[in-house]
Amino acid sequence: MSEVLVLVDHVDGEVRKTTAELLTLAARVGEPAAVFMGSQVDVALEALARFGATKVYVLDDAALGDFLVAPKAEALAQLVATTLPAAVLIPSSAEGKEIAGRLAIKAESGIITDAVDVVAAYGGVQTTQSVFAGNFTVTASVTKGTPIITVKPNSVTPIEIAGAAEVETFTVEISEAAKTARIVERQPREATGRPELTEAAIVVSGGRGTGGDFTAVEAFADALGAAVGASRAAVDSGWYPHSFQIGQTGKTVSPRLYVATGISGAIQHRAGMQTSQTIVAVNKDAEAPIFELVDFGVVGDLKKVLPQATDEVLRRKG
Amino acid sequence: MNIVVCVKHVPDATGERTFSAADNTVDRAGSDGLLSELDEYAIEEALKITEASDGEVTVLTVGPEQAAHAVRKSLQMGAHKGVHVCDEGLHGSDSVATSLVLAEAIRKLDHDIVLCGMASTDGSMSVVPAMLAERLGLPQVTFASEVTVDGDTVRIRRDGDAATEIVEASVPVLVSVTDQSNEPRYPSFKGIMAAKKKPVETWTLADLGVDASQVGLDAAWTRVSAFEARPPRTAGQIVTDEGEGGVQLAEYLATQKFV
Repeated sequence: MSEVLVLVDHVDGEVRKTTAELLTLAARVGEPAAVFMGSQVDVALEALARFGATKVYVLDDAALGDFLVAPKAEALAQLVATTLPAAVLIPSSAEGKEIAGRLAIKAESGIITDAVDVVAAYGGVQTTQSVFAGNFTVTASVTKGTPIITVKPNSVTPIEIAGAAEVETFTVEISEAAKTARIVERQPREATGRPELTEAAIVVSGGRGTGGDFTAVEAFADALGAAVGASRAAVDSGWYPHSFQIGQTGKTVSPRLYVATGISGAIQHRAGMQTSQTIVAVNKDAEAPIFELVDFGVVGDLKKVLPQATDEVLRRKG
Repeated sequence: MNIVVCVKHVPDATGERTFSAADNTVDRAGSDGLLSELDEYAIEEALKITEASDGEVTVLTVGPEQAAHAVRKSLQMGAHKGVHVCDEGLHGSDSVATSLVLAEAIRKLDHDIVLCGMASTDGSMSVVPAMLAERLGLPQVTFASEVTVDGDTVRIRRDGDAATEIVEASVPVLVSVTDQSNEPRYPSFKGIMAAKKKPVETWTLADLGVDASQVGLDAAWTRVSAFEARPPRTAGQIVTDEGEGGVQLAEYLATQKFV
């Protein structure tokens, strides 16, 4: 069986949840082989083995971290040319998509981005994508070269299945041409203590209706163990950082439960959350378009409804 | 600094967007189109850079006849001239072919900086800027939430998932900007009038030396086999808060096993 390469998403070796999801999808199509870029593979090995990686290719070169995107694409292209995988799965982050785009050109291969499902079909790989703000589902496949597919977080529930995770060092040669966009400074994002927005099972978000005060939104999120998001209106007003924006120009989330509070539900916002499994909204305006999407809605002031709901959730949790 | 800005004409997201049943491509004729909102940030950034130094902004688009609208809007905002690559052979092109055509057009244009938006609002793949950098051999400084030009050095701030990075490169470079980078200007009446006199060239594949077999639906390296409208969500339960709204919300979450 051919290998399916999975580009590992990690911070200093700490593997992110998307990697487990990609390994699970890879196993449907071939032998999942993790591709680890960096020097801290020791930290990552246990998680990679637990989610079924049969092999772990380690690509370690200072240029991979010193310059933007190009060296990673070059390294991955060299590995693809050597191992001839059945497909390459890459997380659908900004960087992941850019690596995939450059790899597609180098490897003369078709690219599919933002897949929400990957299955084996007709001796190849078939993907499902959710497009036009989640209004359409598209089935597609790659017809040339090695299928290069970026996969959205939360596309599958990771399955624990022991893998050998046999480490193989792969030496890469990064060209001078790939070392032209130098990263001169890196400031790690401060931890919020809450789940990562795109990976969270529950997301509670706030919009214009918060009036700039996210206290009630955050308290409700914490009661549910949820991540906190914000609408574009709230971010543009400077009430919440852009990295928490949900919508067309922010993050796309697809949690099991999405709670929109004080958010009207414009198309720009819906594009980022419409595929959530269960949708709940709290809004003062009974005519807000968000209520067209909800499974459950409360017409009311979030500043009254959320604290009461928070207390009730905590009481039930005991 | 001479700047080429790549823009896309897209179906209006606030209208009905769909696919053509005949070949599973995006229906571009049956819906109203406009300049992709995210490209306005690239135009604004280009105008700011040339206004602070010198040089010209050329706006470049690849698309059917109606895509000329995106060029016109860009000229109204203040771009100096336009190039529209228009050829029937382009219908159904994927991102790989689109980047090939854009790259060949950019080679013919004077450029210190190539500027793009962070994504189109229709396909929203976000891969074309990276593909252009790959094809043109340009340093890639992308997803910029802030751009500074200092002599020949372009420095950007990139707000990633795990970290904020400052990235630097020397011209010629490829830059893409996010919607955090600036506040795009509206075309002024003067700008709208002036745009009518600005030069727009229309190029074909032959003008670029691109063979028709390299582009279009038949040459695409991916294939859409089916599309399906998402079933409408069934109407949910809506309650009005009369003092118990919060408790009702918590009860609902409990019945759904979220609590």
